[in-house]
Order: sequence, then C-alpha cells, then structure tokens
Amino acid sequence: MMRVTAMVKRILKQLIRDKRTIGLLIFAPILVLTMLYFVFTGDDYIPRIGLVDAPEPFVEQMDDSKAAITIFKEEGEAEEKVAAQELDAYIAFVDNQPELVLEGSDPTVTGATMEWVQEAFQPGQQENMPQLKVETVFGSDDMGQFDYFGPVLLGFFVFFFVFLIAGVSFLRERTTGTLERLLATPLRKWEIVVGYVIGFGIFTMIQSTIIASYAVYVLGMVMEGAFFHVLLVILLLSFTALSLGILLSTFAHNELQMMQFIPIIVVPQIFFSGLFNLETVAEWLSWISYITPLYYAADALRDIMVRGYGFAEIYMNLIILLGFTLFFIMMNILVLRKFRTM
Amino acid sequence: MKQKNACVSIQNVSKSFGTHSVLRDIHLDIYEGEIFGLLGPSGAGKTTLVKELAGLDTPTEGTNFLFGQKMPNLSLIERIGYMAQSDALYTELSAKENLRFFSELYGLKGKKQAERMEEVAKVVQLSNHLAKVVSNYSGGMKRRLSLAIALLHEPELLILDEPTVGIDPVLRKNIWHAFQELKEQGKTLIVTTHVMDEADKCDRLGLLRDGKLIAVGTPDELKKQTGTKTIEEAFLYFGGER
Ligand SMILES: Nc1ncnc2c1ncn2[C@@H]1O[C@H](COP(=O)(O)OP(=O)(O)OP(=O)(O)O)[C@@H](O)[C@H]1O
Ligand SMILES: [Mg+2]
Repeated sequence: MMRVTAMVKRILKQLIRDKRTIGLLIFAPILVLTMLYFVFTGDDYIPRIGLVDAPEPFVEQMDDSKAAITIFKEEGEAEEKVAAQELDAYIAFVDNQPELVLEGSDPTVTGATMEWVQEAFQPGQQENMPQLKVETVFGSDDMGQFDYFGPVLLGFFVFFFVFLIAGVSFLRERTTGTLERLLATPLRKWEIVVGYVIGFGIFTMIQSTIIASYAVYVLGMVMEGAFFHVLLVILLLSFTALSLGILLSTFAHNELQMMQFIPIIVVPQIFFSGLFNLETVAEWLSWISYITPLYYAADALRDIMVRGYGFAEIYMNLIILLGFTLFFIMMNILVLRKFRTM
Repeated sequence: MKQKNACVSIQNVSKSFGTHSVLRDIHLDIYEGEIFGLLGPSGAGKTTLVKELAGLDTPTEGTNFLFGQKMPNLSLIERIGYMAQSDALYTELSAKENLRFFSELYGLKGKKQAERMEEVAKVVQLSNHLAKVVSNYSGGMKRRLSLAIALLHEPELLILDEPTVGIDPVLRKNIWHAFQELKEQGKTLIVTTHVMDEADKCDRLGLLRDGKLIAVGTPDELKKQTGTKTIEEAFLYFGGER
C-alpha cells in the first residue's frame, strides 16, 4: 500500500508542476463548452424572403416579425437577389398560385425559411381547430440542443483529456527509462497501474467537478438528477480512459504516435456515443456503439442530467464501464510482462 | 584467504534478440564482497548481461543465480541496487523528491528514510543541491543522483552500469572511495566500465567482447597472462587474439 501511495503522490506532484497541462485540462473544456453554449443558444435565424406579385390579403395577414420581407415587382429582380445571396428565398404568385424558390445551400437557413413559409400558408384563424397542447416526458420543450449534447460533451472531454494525458505520461515513463527503473524496485506491476489509476482518478475528480459545475451553474445546462451521480459516472469513465490510454501508449514510440490514436480511438466514439441519433446509423455499423465506453457514460449522463434518473437506472452502465477498466488493466499488466517477467 | 561464496552465478547464459546473438554461453561466478568489473567495447553486451542480473530481462538460454536463487525473482529485488546506463529520473521533481519517492518504494519511512537520504546524498556530494529540480541538473549531477538512488536501501548487491560516466576525476575518485567502503561493509559490486584506470581498482575483471567472456581474473593476473603492463594493453591483446 505504501508503494501505491508513493506512486500516487509522485504522479500528482508531477501533474501539479505542469501548469500548462493543468490549464489545458481545465480551461480547454470550459472554453469549448462556452463556445458551444453560444452556438446552440443563439437567436433564431431570421430568413430574408422576397414576395413577387403577392395578393393584398396575404401580405396583410402574414407574420413579418419572424422574417425580413421585401416586395418585388418583377420575378427577375428577386431571382438576382437570391443568386447574389442577398435573399434566402422568394415567393412568386403566378395566377394566385404561390411558388417558392429557395437559395438552398445552407440547411439551417433553408430549414428556418421553410418553417416560416409553412406557418404563413397555414389555413389561418378561420378554422376552430383546438390548439395542440404540448407536454414532454423528459426535459422540457424549451430544452435546447446544448442541453441534449452537453452531457455527451462533458463525458467526451473527460475521456479525451484523460486518455491523452495519461497515455503520454506513461509513454514518457517508458521512453525516459523510469518505467524500467521502477521495475528494478520491489514495485509490483499492478501497483504501477493502480497508482496511475488512483493518481489520475483524484485529478479527474477535481477537473470534472470544476467543469461540470461550470456547465450546470454558469451555463445553465439541465441538471435534473444528482450532481454526485454525474461525478460517479465521470470517475468511472476516466478510469476507462486512463487504462486504455496507458495500454495504447505501449504501442506508441513517441508522443506523435500517441496523438495518432485520437482519430482512431477517440473521435469515432463521439459518433457512436449519442451525439447523433443512433437509430439512423447503418445497422451493420451500430454494434460499434456497444464497444465504445463513451456510449455507456454518455447514456448514463443523459439519464441523470436530462431525465433525472437515479442510481437504480444507471448502475448497469457503471458496471460496464468498470468491466472495460478491469479488462484494460489486466491487459496492461500482461503487456508490462514484456519489461519484467516476474 | 577468505572463503569465497558466489553471490552471482551465471551459468550457460546466452541471449539473442531475434537472430542477433548478443551473449554467447557465458559462465561466471561473482563472489560476495568483491568489486567485479565488466569491461568491454561498446556493443559487447555488458548492459544486456547486467539487466538480466537485475531481473529486467531473461536469458534465451541458461540461468542466472543470485544469492543461490534463480533470477528473475521478485523476492530478490530488494537485495539489489541497480543503476541503469541512462539516467532514469523524474526531471520535473527535485532531487529530494526523487530520493523520497524511490525510498518509499523500498519501504523506507520516518527517521530512517531521512537518514538514508542524507547519507546517500553525502556519498555523491549532492547534499547542497537537493532542492534543485532535476531538469536543472548537469549531466554528471544526474549520474550521481542515479547512483544515490541505487544506494538508498542499502542493498547487498550493487549492479552499476557505467556509474562514473560524465563525472570529473576528483568526484570519480571520491565515488570509488565510497565503493571501497561499501565493499568493506561486505557488499558486492558489479560495475561496467570503459575506463581503464577504474578497471585497475576492481578486485576482478571480466572481459566481454562480442557477447563472449574472453578472460576473467584479477587485474594483475590478466596483465601477467598477457605479459603486458596495463589493463588496456591486456584488453587489446585478448581482443586481437580472436
Ligand atoms: N532490445 C534489444 N533489441 C535488439 N538488440 C538489442 C537490444 N538491446 C541490445 N541490443 C543489442 O545488443 C548488443 C549489446 O548491447 P549492450 O547494450 O548490451 O552493449 P554494451 O556492452 O552495454 O555497450 P555500451 O558500452 O555502448 O553500453 C548491441 O549490438 C545492441 O544493438
Ligand atoms: Mg551498456
């Protein structure tokens, strides 16, 4: 136990000395989350729409607060404006029959335009249709994309940074010869791995408490469940990232090669962790999500933060994450046999 | 003459990396309480051999025995002090933090730990530089700190891979003086070296060349055998013969 403690103390000391890395680990996620916050919660896009030969009643009753309307006499004029990207669309009335022409290169703009157009052509107030009442089971109808993506991103940052920093630390240990030096002491192989897991675990706890608090209390990310559960999921995820990072570092000869694992190991996890709807992923590919640790963490984080679930609903994901970690740790100990067979 | 007990016994040891044969059928006994020098040109296989003795590698053929037990063996590791050829130090930490970390790995604590740290620092004359971060150390200082770490837990057997490279003659003399003292305390030392005047200070020498042990004996024996005046000449003699 004393040897593990010595390892943990040393790892923490080294981390604290490296001010820049600490800054990166804490401020980079904060910066990115903040930027995403502004991207996702910015004002709705106001489409610029032209009208050609619009009938009087239509012009009067339409809602021009959600679109910038310009009236044209000639269709050719409007067409030019669209081509010059000064208009997003125009509606021409040919024999009272409306015809919509879209610029169409930006899906967001097209979407906003279509939404307005559909509203404008809805069979107005004349019908006595009862208003549809909207209720949501989870979240709320004003829950934005930021809230939906937030939990996944939180998990991703922890995974990404712990994977990289732990991997590089262990790689350095190997390339500078200190790993070999450690193996010439009575330190057991499992003590090395456990020392790393605990050392980085402590650090991740601090890091993710700061990041998660910022996301929830400053940026107002939804938080229906218990903060403590979020930290629990993140801790287990960081163990997985750490043990995987250390394991893969054995197959890298230098820091650059460690970076090369990012597009192979880290980035694909984003796609399969629920940032995009998995129902639409091709069936023959969807099994990948079941072998990506981030999928289980993101699922649990969403359950807690968006759906307000408690321990009973997330424990399975926690067990799976733990399983990944144990598997990677075993592999690590096996791989370390390369350096010392006893 | 005192009774000679083999502390290290290398039996039929060969090592190859793939098809490249690095050690060829080595037989060697190293006795308790002697300073044994391993001499040989670069690439001869000195490091490969001492790594096996430290338990960091295994022979392809044959067996190494330490204290009568087969290596590698985790229970023997505590009795060995190893200093690698390249410094393996945590450069972000201070010398003192390095010493503290390694001493904890050997289970030293409290007063005993502080005492040992002070003692080894004195041996390598780094007592006044312990607070410095190791990345600010000179090459020779790093070498000395590595040596200090190997001495921390008072091992019975010291395996030192080129311990005095990059250390000035005055310090080197002091360090060899420390080696003599350790020997007088009954410790066994295995030292690899290129430096011929160091070879003269060893009790016995083994000449390694292309993975073969070409001669073993006291410096005087080797000189007499070859009819030469210096170890250097003896070394060249043995080398030229093959
Ligand atoms: N892991 C390895 N894989 C392949 N070849 C190796 C390995 N380690 C050492 N060798 C080879 O073994 C030979 C002996 O190396 P070794 O390091 O033992 O030499 P040395 O006597 O210590 O040399 P020096 O005085 O330069 O330190 C060299 O030819 C080296 O290339
Ligand atoms: Mg060597």
